[in-house]
Amino acid sequence: MERSEIFEKIQEILVDALAVDDDEVTPEAKLIGDLGAESIDILDISFKLEQEFGFKIAQGELFPEGVTQDPEFVQDGKVTEKGLATLKERVPHFNFEQLERDPSVSNVSKIFTVDALVTFCEQKLQTA
Amino acid sequence: MRWMWIDRIVELVPRERMVAIKHVSMAEEHLHDHFPSTANRRAMPLMPMSLIVEGMAQTAGVLVGHAEGFKEKVVLAKVSRAEVSREATPGCTLRYTATIEQFTPAGASTKGVVELIEPGVDGGGEPEVIGHIDLIFSHLDNNMGGVQYPEENFVFSESFKTLMQTSGIDADF
Repeated sequence: MERSEIFEKIQEILVDALAVDDDEVTPEAKLIGDLGAESIDILDISFKLEQEFGFKIAQGELFPEGVTQDPEFVQDGKVTEKGLATLKERVPHFNFEQLERDPSVSNVSKIFTVDALVTFCEQKLQTA
Repeated sequence: MRWMWIDRIVELVPRERMVAIKHVSMAEEHLHDHFPSTANRRAMPLMPMSLIVEGMAQTAGVLVGHAEGFKEKVVLAKVSRAEVSREATPGCTLRYTATIEQFTPAGASTKGVVELIEPGVDGGGEPEVIGHIDLIFSHLDNNMGGVQYPEENFVFSESFKTLMQTSGIDADF
């Protein structure tokens, strides 16, 4: 499936799940910051992606869980090197450039963009 | 005593579908406030839409809880869709049909249909579809934030056990 086609399907899913307008769902839009997603929406979006694309998503596969609560991975409000390495391993579909520049824990949710979601689905479809 | 918004489970297909009914009664006090008469209008006792959503949430919640033997703490996390096109007045029966769409260790999504059965001399009339309510449930112990909750399953209380028993469904939880 073409990346543009995946984006269109994801756009439709996010409009439905987050009650946003389709022009708000740009590749750069951050799910938690710009589109107002909350943790429970991630579960909803996972369900909708599974239905739309026919693959299974394991818990924590789409968005990291527990990393920011772990003192080994976050110290003094910043993600540690070990934390960053763990994130890269668990959720390789994210772009970590910004977090590498500024590892503040508040920046973790900012890496969850629509584009990352497209990459995630693209990778899942390739390995399916 | 938990506020129960379903009277009886009439069908349960484990991990798949559950049907429950609720008789709307004038004895329910809130109907007198929803809505009382005013200087310009007669009283209009109507089942509040929010409680119709709760009735579906209880129906679907029991279905989701039953799937894992009521070991999971199943909580309503999101109302994805709630459309109800007609009022339910005292004497009517609401029939909730909940179907599991997806089920994972983290939670479940359900689709729901609400039907209204008008009372009649020879029993009820034909059920009329009056709404659709789709829900997302979370298994609380598998929450994303890693928050710990008490071991006891405080969601499925004694009231739910009673509901299962009076509906003739064997439930040991």
